[in-house]
Order: sequence, then C-alpha cells, then structure tokens
Amino acid sequence: MEGLTGLSKVTKGAMGRTGNWRELKPVIDYEKCTKCLRCWVSCPEGCISRSDDNTVTIDYEYCKGCGVCENECRPKAIKMIKEW
Amino acid sequence: MAQNVQILEGNAAVSEAVRLCKPAVVAAYPITPQTTIVEKIAKGVDSGKIKTEFICVESEHSAMAACIAAQATGVRTYTATSSHGLLLMHEMLHWASLARLPVIMANVNRAIGPGWNIWCDYNDSMSQRDTGWIQMYASSCQEILDMHIQAFRLGEDPHVMLPVMVCFDGFIISHTSMPVDIPEQALVDKFIPPYKPLWKLDTANPITHGNIIPSKNYNLVRYSQQLGMNHVPKIMGDIAKEFSETFGRDHGGMIDKLNVEDADTILVSVGALGACVKDAVGHMRKSGRKVGAARIRVFRPFPVEELRRICKGKKVIVFDRAVSLGIGGIIYTEAKYAMPHEDIHGVIIGIGGQDVRAQEIVALTEKADKQRLDNYWVGVD
Repeated sequence: MEGLTGLSKVTKGAMGRTGNWRELKPVIDYEKCTKCLRCWVSCPEGCISRSDDNTVTIDYEYCKGCGVCENECRPKAIKMIKEW
Repeated sequence: MAQNVQILEGNAAVSEAVRLCKPAVVAAYPITPQTTIVEKIAKGVDSGKIKTEFICVESEHSAMAACIAAQATGVRTYTATSSHGLLLMHEMLHWASLARLPVIMANVNRAIGPGWNIWCDYNDSMSQRDTGWIQMYASSCQEILDMHIQAFRLGEDPHVMLPVMVCFDGFIISHTSMPVDIPEQALVDKFIPPYKPLWKLDTANPITHGNIIPSKNYNLVRYSQQLGMNHVPKIMGDIAKEFSETFGRDHGGMIDKLNVEDADTILVSVGALGACVKDAVGHMRKSGRKVGAARIRVFRPFPVEELRRICKGKKVIVFDRAVSLGIGGIIYTEAKYAMPHEDIHGVIIGIGGQDVRAQEIVALTEKADKQRLDNYWVGVD
C-alpha cells in the first residue's frame, strides 16, 4: 500500500457514466441549427462531436447537462428539457 | 578529505546546497517575505554556477504549484520561503504530499503578523505540521547545507516519497556568517542518486493525476502517506550514519543528543534554540548537574520512539518557540503524547524573536526544581 496517489489511466468515462448526473437534457433542433460550432467549442466536457459536414451531436452517456451549449447557441437551436 | 571551508550566511549555505543537489527546476517568489536565498540562487543561475531552470513566479502559492507541476514531469524541484510566504502555500503543501512528489523547500522561520514582526519563531512552519511534509530543523549554517543533502535523499527514498521542509531560524542563523565546509560534487552525486519518480506525466504513456477518487480509495491514499512517514525514523537513522561516513560530519539522525545517557534531566528543543540549550547543558555539566539535551532534528514525523528511549525514567523540560493557541507549546503537547508516564515540564520562550540565552535556560531548569512548569510562558510577568 506504499506510494499510493490519485492516478487514473486515460479512458473514456474513467469516472463512470456522468450522464447520470444530468437534471436537464440539451436537445438540438436541427431545423434551426446553422452549424456554427459554438456549442462544439464551448462544451466543457467535450460531449459534442461534429461530423464532416459540421452536423453536431450530443453524447448523452457523458453530458452532465450544464447548459453551456444552450447559452452559447445564437439561433436558439438548443433547449434544455426536463428529462425525468 | 579535502576541505573547502567558506564563511557563509545561512541563506548562502542554502544556495550552495541547491548547486550541489541539482534540482532541475527552482520556482520562487522573489519579494518579501522572501529572504536572500532566492537572490543568491538567481545569481548562481545567472553566472552559470547553478544549473537549473529558474521560474520567477507571482506568489508563493504559485511557486509551490510550479514546483508540483514540474516535479510531476519526473524531475527534482526546489523552492524557498519564509513566514507568511509559507502560509500562502498552505493549500499546495497538501497537494505536493498527497501527490507523493518530494519537493524540497527551505523555510526561514519568522513570526506571523500582525503586529508585523520579522524575527524568529517556529509558528510559521509548525502550523503546517499536518500537511504531510517531513519537517527538519537545522541549528547552524553547516547543518543547513548538510540537512539539504539529507533531505533530498530522505524525501526521494522509494519507501518515503514525501516532500521535505528544511527549516532554520530567521536572522539567528539565516543572516549569521559561520564557517561552512562545502563538500565535493562527486560525493554529493554519490550520496543522492538520480531522482526516480513514483509516477510522471508522460505523453508516451498518458495518465491523469488528481482526478476524483472514491472515499474508499482516498482513505487508502491517506493511509499510504502515513506509511511513508512511518518509514522515516529508520531511514533517517541510516542516512545520518552514511552521511557521517561519507562527509565526516555527524549532526545526529532524528534527534541530536548531548550527554543523555547518564542524565537525570533531558532538555528538549529544536533549531538554533536547541544549540543554545546544548550550550546551557555544557555550563550545567561543569557545575556537576546531570543534564542532557535532545535537539529534535526531524519534527515530522515526530520522533516518538527515540524520545521515549532517551527520556525513560527521567525528568523532561521542553523549550518551545511555537504555540498551538488553546493548548500550549507544540513540542510540549506532542512530547506528552509520546511519553505519558514521564515527568514533563513545558516552557514557551523566544516568541517573536526574543533573544534566548544559555543563562536563561539554566535559570529555567533550576526553576523547574521548585515548581511545575506547565506551559510556563517566559517574558509575560
């Protein structure tokens, strides 16, 4: 038990499914989305990914529901909705 | 053995030690309460004498954070501070220890304000005693240099892996010139093997450190720190022995002892105050009084077993230059834990840099013949 400290290997979701922490869920209205990528840049958890044509998708396994993306979205294409 | 004796202030002895122990990074805040240590290291770096990356940071909190970050890449680091500067580091002190990064640091002991007082007492470092740092206290300029060499070896021991604070008395030795024998680089290189980190940040083998960990694991991390501390007394004893064989000087291990075997009274203290107490013991021995001195060199971990052995069946008088307000002298209260069955007296002396003289120690030892000194605070009546 000598020399223990808080180390972890870099793996996806090393702390488990943090999506379970979520109260409100961000949902994208693709009709309104202009593919500006502000949400992709702003997500503090890296839970928004982009495809080749800049379509964004949210990873609900790990999204904690902080709402930063909703706040940053200029065309108001993202809404936080009650999940439970 | 070739000698290279120079007349150095305590602070200059530190910069010589830094040159010899070769930390890859030194991060320090340069302005008051900083001492001339950092100035001397910076000059050494500028002249090419000291080979290290010197980072001049904006606060002591940042100094410790920079050392932690640098040490996390797998290299040896160093910093120096004093008084309020040490207090500003408090959060990061815990971090270095919990991360098991043996950062080595000098602390020049000076009183805490307000009122503003730049002189010596030990309340700055002793109030950091629960941060998981090993704390050592030197009593001369030579010992400051030698203790640094021992500190790097001790903190980086694979069974220990804890940061070490080398403390010494502000002005009383930090600004006093004394002869210091500077050892050869080759001997120091042999004594301190290259630093082998427990873990490191390495892009080839990515890990994260400081992530959230469950209570059960955190509990084990804390226990592991305690195990590291528990190894210190034995390892420090071995280091002191090897040090005296290598460098020809013996300052003691966990405790520096003087005339303890046949003594009926043991005077316990630390730092330059301890040197003064040893002087007093010399005077009392001349007049036939059987006293001995135990100058604690390693205060954290507290040398419980050795104190018990030295003081068994004897009267003990503890001289404290720091106080835990609401209970009393810090070493006094810890000595009471270590030796519940001995007759222990406690004196609080030299607070805020008040001068302590050997005659005063003699007078207090005699006073303890007539009355019980229980947190007896000198200079208040």
